[in-house]
Amino acid sequence: MAPRTLFQKIWDDHHVAELEGGRHLVAVDRHVLHEVTSPQAFAGLEKAGRAVRHPELTFATNDHIVSTDVARTDATVPGGETMIKAMRRNAHAHGIQLFDLGDVRQGIVHVIAPELAIALPGVTLACGDSHTSTVGALGALAWGIGTSEVEHILATQCAILTRPKTMRVTFSGTAPAFVGAKDFILALIARIGTAGATGYAVEYAGEAIAALSVEERMTVCNMSVEAGARMGLMAPDEKVFAYLQGRAYAPKGEAWNHALAYWRTLPSDPGATYDAQIAIDVSQLSPQVSWGTSPEQTIGVEDAIPHPDSFDDPVRRRAAERALDYIGLRPGERLAGLAVQKVFIGSCTNSRLADLRAAARIVAGRKVADGVRALVVPGSGTVRAAAEAEGLDRIFRDAGFEWRHAGCSMCAGLNADKVGAGERCIATSNRNFEGRQGPGARTHLASPVMAAAAAVTGRIADRRMLQELSS
Amino acid sequence: MSQRQPRIEGIAAPLPRANIDTDQIIPKVHLISVTRDGLGDGLFSEWRYGPGGGVIADFVLNRDPWRRAAILVAGPNFGCGSSREHAVWALQDFGLRAVVAPSFASIFYENAFKNGFAPVIVGEADAARLAAIAQDFPLDPVVIDLERGRVRAAEGFDCAFEMDASRRRDLIEGLDEIGASLLLSPRIEAFREADRLRRPWVYRATG
Repeated sequence: MAPRTLFQKIWDDHHVAELEGGRHLVAVDRHVLHEVTSPQAFAGLEKAGRAVRHPELTFATNDHIVSTDVARTDATVPGGETMIKAMRRNAHAHGIQLFDLGDVRQGIVHVIAPELAIALPGVTLACGDSHTSTVGALGALAWGIGTSEVEHILATQCAILTRPKTMRVTFSGTAPAFVGAKDFILALIARIGTAGATGYAVEYAGEAIAALSVEERMTVCNMSVEAGARMGLMAPDEKVFAYLQGRAYAPKGEAWNHALAYWRTLPSDPGATYDAQIAIDVSQLSPQVSWGTSPEQTIGVEDAIPHPDSFDDPVRRRAAERALDYIGLRPGERLAGLAVQKVFIGSCTNSRLADLRAAARIVAGRKVADGVRALVVPGSGTVRAAAEAEGLDRIFRDAGFEWRHAGCSMCAGLNADKVGAGERCIATSNRNFEGRQGPGARTHLASPVMAAAAAVTGRIADRRMLQELSS
Repeated sequence: MSQRQPRIEGIAAPLPRANIDTDQIIPKVHLISVTRDGLGDGLFSEWRYGPGGGVIADFVLNRDPWRRAAILVAGPNFGCGSSREHAVWALQDFGLRAVVAPSFASIFYENAFKNGFAPVIVGEADAARLAAIAQDFPLDPVVIDLERGRVRAAEGFDCAFEMDASRRRDLIEGLDEIGASLLLSPRIEAFREADRLRRPWVYRATG
């Protein structure tokens, strides 16, 4: 057999039928639901008199609309109660496992799916959320879908996909201090643009990926969609297997050994070919921060903000002008030193234990700067409990951070966690769109380390400042 | 959809911005709902209304005749960002039936077809020219001919658009995709039977 990529192997093992127009019916192993994009799908299903085909392969949580306040109830977010209760009713009516408020396993879909080992190497996993590719870090083929597709999968446990092209992005070299997973993916997006990988399944590879922890790898896969790709994945390796072993839904006993033997066959074969290849040397990167209102508008923290005239394409030039006007910055300015009023550490991009540890190392023994409101929102109840067990909550709270319950929080901006008009926020999340964190909110995307440094200094830090903070 | 839709014809509103994301198309506050209905009021609400709720008079969809548009002409990578299908529902509820753009984000593109909404891909230069025509000749209808795969407008504008024939047919005839997939149930079941033997651990998902 010709050498195959990781993507090709998973695709082949899930292909059910070829349809018209280059589309295919593909089996879905894991379907994960949340309260914002599923109620209309259940309504459609019930209206057509159809059943959920495989409730045992379907999982649900409440994460988007939920309050992250420690005293939260179903009713804390106005209008949210109806959605939370609909999720509860639909899960109960169809026999679907729900990780609900009050359950330590509740959390952001893309945090809990790997943490509970609902996501596994070689599985297909779909969820009505664009950041579903997060779990591709385990070697799963995972992608975000709309509500009609949620309904289709509920009814058939299959999805209709146009076969994507394949792209390999190789991160080589050793990352300098204060440069990590978030900087890798932001640098890629800055380089190829938010549509650079549209139509591709992206495989991330290279020594710099191998050197990351499994949780850090999830940050890279998470933002595939900000480069235009629905799917981003990585070869499963021993780190992944060690991460999964013993987790709640991981195979046990003989099934584990059986699965492990299969998982070891998944990495791309030597000589497998890709439709596109990109190489990034991480040793040349500095901490990345977005300056505009699209994730592609990102630079190294000590670089100058580009002039709109430097873009040849008139549409991009106008987009840069509009972004600078919205974000309140001028061409040539540097981001380092810029004062912030809000700091958000959380979201499916950066709310896992590894992220909280990285931030806590900077925060330990310091105080949140005057005039700054800083939030830490752990990605799940499990992350929150683990962080508390090692005292991270104490570090954050002693510094003056708010230590919240799990949810999408200030990333989705659906609950009360918002940034005010004209306020500047450094956020570990994934989108800096106009109004994403609240009307008029100015968002700068960055890593947990950069967010922590901004919290304690009140400003976006450069590398010299990071060095001082960590000595 | 119950009615055939061989062509989409109407006023086209120019909005030639790049990367119009689904957070702009339907801001999150409107997602607090368990139905698909009534989202048109929220379409582009942060561009249509000021912070106090006042109408921003010069935004294209607040102006005549474009407030009655059936077609939106946009920049590249339309519909990027969140997977929310509410973006398509909001465009439709407002009265729009198609977006013409040089490119679309993948999830939006799929969501559009599922709702019989046409995502029409034309070249960058054609999109820019069509936006200019929509601006300068607002009352002349733009026609998206789904049977022939062409977009026509004033000033002799006539260009092919990129869409697979089966997808054009789905837009014309209406689509019951779940029904069609359920007809493949025997093949789906055969796949599962074989897969249960090959990857049994996938089917023992117990916590």
